[in-house]
Amino acid sequence: MLRAVQAQYLHIPQAAIEQLAAALHIPRTQIIAVAEFYSFLHLTPQGRYDIHISDSITDRMLGKEKLLNYLSEKLNVKVGQVRADGLVSLNNTSCTGMCDQGPAGLVNGYALTHLDYARIDVIAKLIEQQAPLTDWPAEFFAVDEPIRKPGLLLNQPFNNGAAIAATFARGLAETLAEVDCSNLRGRGGAGFKTALKWRTCSVQAATPHYVICNADEGEPGTFKDRMLLDLYADQVFEGMTLCAAIIGSDQGLLYLRAEYLFLYEQLQRVLQRRRDSGLLGRNIHGRPGFDFDIEIRMGAGAYICGEASAQIESLEGKPGIPRVKPPNSVICGYQRKPTVVDNVETFFAATHIAIQGGQWFAEVGTAQSTGSKLLSISGDCARPGIYEYPFGTPIEDILRDCGADDVMGVQVGGPSGTFISNRELQRRVAFEDLSTAGSFMVFNSSRNIFDIVQNFTDFFAHESCGFCTPCRVGTTLLKNQLRKIVEGNGAAVDLEELSELCLIVKNNSHCGLGDSAANPILSTLASHPELYLNQLKQSSFTPGFDLDATLAVARRMAERDDDAAHLSQVEN
Amino acid sequence: MSGTLCIDGIAVPFSDGQTIIEAARSAGVYIPYLCHRPGYAPYGSCKLCTVKVNGRTNTACTLPAADGQTVISNSPDLQHDRQRITQMLFVEGNHFCPSCEKSGNCQLQAVAYHQNMLDNHYPHFYAQRELDASHPDILIDHDRCIFCNLCVRASKEKDGKEVFGIAGRGIHKRLIVNSPSGKLKDSDISVDDEAAHVCPTGAILVKRSAYLAPIGERIYDHHPISEVACEKAVLDTQAAKGHASCDQAQLAGQVPQNSGSDSHYAASMPPAPDIKHGR
Amino acid sequence: MAAKIKIATTSLAGCFGCHMSFLDIDERLLSLAEVVEFDRSPLTDIEHCGPCDIGLIEGGVCNSENVHVLREFRNNCKILVAVGACAINGGLPALRNFFKLEDCLLEAYQDGIGVDNPQIPNDPELPLLLDKVRPIHEIVKIDYFMPGCPPSADVFWNYLNALIEGRDPTLPYELVHYD
Repeated sequence: MLRAVQAQYLHIPQAAIEQLAAALHIPRTQIIAVAEFYSFLHLTPQGRYDIHISDSITDRMLGKEKLLNYLSEKLNVKVGQVRADGLVSLNNTSCTGMCDQGPAGLVNGYALTHLDYARIDVIAKLIEQQAPLTDWPAEFFAVDEPIRKPGLLLNQPFNNGAAIAATFARGLAETLAEVDCSNLRGRGGAGFKTALKWRTCSVQAATPHYVICNADEGEPGTFKDRMLLDLYADQVFEGMTLCAAIIGSDQGLLYLRAEYLFLYEQLQRVLQRRRDSGLLGRNIHGRPGFDFDIEIRMGAGAYICGEASAQIESLEGKPGIPRVKPPNSVICGYQRKPTVVDNVETFFAATHIAIQGGQWFAEVGTAQSTGSKLLSISGDCARPGIYEYPFGTPIEDILRDCGADDVMGVQVGGPSGTFISNRELQRRVAFEDLSTAGSFMVFNSSRNIFDIVQNFTDFFAHESCGFCTPCRVGTTLLKNQLRKIVEGNGAAVDLEELSELCLIVKNNSHCGLGDSAANPILSTLASHPELYLNQLKQSSFTPGFDLDATLAVARRMAERDDDAAHLSQVEN
Repeated sequence: MSGTLCIDGIAVPFSDGQTIIEAARSAGVYIPYLCHRPGYAPYGSCKLCTVKVNGRTNTACTLPAADGQTVISNSPDLQHDRQRITQMLFVEGNHFCPSCEKSGNCQLQAVAYHQNMLDNHYPHFYAQRELDASHPDILIDHDRCIFCNLCVRASKEKDGKEVFGIAGRGIHKRLIVNSPSGKLKDSDISVDDEAAHVCPTGAILVKRSAYLAPIGERIYDHHPISEVACEKAVLDTQAAKGHASCDQAQLAGQVPQNSGSDSHYAASMPPAPDIKHGR
Repeated sequence: MAAKIKIATTSLAGCFGCHMSFLDIDERLLSLAEVVEFDRSPLTDIEHCGPCDIGLIEGGVCNSENVHVLREFRNNCKILVAVGACAINGGLPALRNFFKLEDCLLEAYQDGIGVDNPQIPNDPELPLLLDKVRPIHEIVKIDYFMPGCPPSADVFWNYLNALIEGRDPTLPYELVHYD
């Protein structure tokens, strides 16, 4: 609802807050809290052309900073501001899920890909002419789905309804047993056993039960869910449907990240087609009493909503703050009812397991990580895109396939995952080694590790929901402390401080975001300690701020610039 | 369901529905907290009550007590992190105790005293926040807000109003007021509301109630928060007879901070002050 | 007789209240004087700090001179102690951080009521103000912190005895106060 208000009025006006509060019988504070929580909602008017540029490290590596400055100059609007005439606003945003075709951005929520100077020239002109987005060249909005290496699942033939038919033919309990035997684990990163989640939900007495498909693919560097929903939506929805049959649910929700607005219409058409062919709605597949439908809900720009309980809060119209556990959402989820929240890829895999059986799936991969994994590969490689590998594949094989040479390191699993150096390339993609939700970013030897670590650390500080102290305050302290060292103002004590801070944030935070916010620093401290040590000053202590700059106001007002009007950062 | 859990070597009985922190408090065992308050729905944001339960980290204020839990609260590591988290709260806002009306009666300050916190450790954030003195009887000094959510819960659950909310994300969190102007004077808060008195810091204050108790007679001047927080509960449960240890072998290796003398203290102290009238 | 412990003290952006509280150790000063001697301090006329064992810093950092003095102390004192609320978190002077420095200067020297001959002082002899009043641990490394506004005489006595005896000072509950 707020998204609709925002779309019409370019922000959430005070009058709308009053009206909504009265109509919905909720306090104003809830509306304001929601509007301030999500990156794409605003309490002040944005430009009629509201542009966001993706600030992922891979976009930066493709020259995003220069492009952003160029765009800013062209449009005569500063980053983070709305132009005085209200025509255009320009902002940075977290990864938009287009790392394979960046630099990328969004205009009024719609994805822009392959940005370059030529395109920016055209875009600036279109905006000044106030051309509607429908008149913009279609190729600006074109999203490719480069499937470079299909494997076990992407190569499977599929007919709509086949998994539902197989499920009913085999029996619900039997199909759950197949999912169990497949040892399928959640593809969102946490790796919880899917069959256990479904079984737990199915036996809950409270009703109704809900199925939620988590398509809030926010981990920087991942875009495989985008591809699945773009090209394999039927197979994802079918997975949700058979889950609904097994757990006894008649209502499914797809939580689609705001950045994938371009998929919304086509997904609605897929849902409608499935309803028309009896694969959704009442008496699905001719089975009396099996009713299930799926509704699409849009996110509004918050990485934390990828966390299941935060996503549920968001679906309930609240800020996406992770809930206190226990109870887990499988027992007390959406509307406080039993809820299965699974990743897009998990449902996709479940569809094929329902058809082929669990053994077929379990034969691929490793003992603890069965089946295959979709990887979104971006960064310094010849062929970025989607790759499907059996679990257990060594990193070096993947790098060879995607055409990456001169590798300095790989970020497996996005900022919350692990940075591995080129000395560790024999490690494997698997829950028992390098766990990943799909993000796989390659860095060559020309890259500066600190650029990467700072980008990730800033990301977590930006995306922290702010609920708990260690994450709210700690992620900002981490960001500042890292900057102090990277900018050459760190002494030995500062590195100790940084390490200590990492552990405090990691060990005391409320949810997975805080738990992993220090990973970029911790894993690079482990793999490249010498880089950090080289940054340190020999002094016992140096201020973490620009000492001389703190005199600037006084200097200007006293009209002084003599030696005594300056301070050195370190004592001479 | 009821039973016994073990906190730092002390056997702590609990009754059905109690969280670890409440079971502990009833037994006179103090686990530090700021966002918790007896009788309020658990929230779990400040993370001061972080403990290890059977080896796993959790917040004592949200986790239901269960039979056989082994809880570690006062390990050096946990105490160290607790102090750092408290210091984070001090640098995030602007906490100048000498000029604060709540000094001496402030839970944030008392928790810091309890931890023997002597400095703020981290660089300050120099937050720029507003003061809302619009209401004739109640003041909000946002500089001192720690986002514990107690006023939000008090207004909603105890007063049947929804005067407060918390907006913003991450470090931009802020306390907001449910009124057309956003000012407290236009909200339906009343000075008799629990929400006006529940703030553990000096962020929400009742006007004309400052400095009523002279230095030396304020709540935490002579009694650490570890005693004050437990006293009423201990009196209630008659648990003031000293603690049973749950494992002699384990106990031999350590001196529990909260045994013996604490509960003795508690029995001889007056009941906890009525929060609505402060001190 | 063993060499005396050398102590230097100063007040930066402070009110000397901590120094006054220090003197409140009263007759204990006599026994202290048997084991310590004072270097730079308001109690002596020494202009610059020489090599010392202990430096006591009252007050936060509000101007460039404070930075120089603080650095002089850090360079010369083996142990540096932040004394009192202002040194630890900026304290009362830091209340000016709620205003822009520009506004403070304009109010005081240009536009304020009763300002005669309005002019922002610009003599090179005068230290320039920092845009914010900062605690001293943001400028130099501090070894120990002595909270209180001011720390009571007992806190001083407790700390100094510990440091003189080569122990880490610890404060009992009753002595830990921020006000």
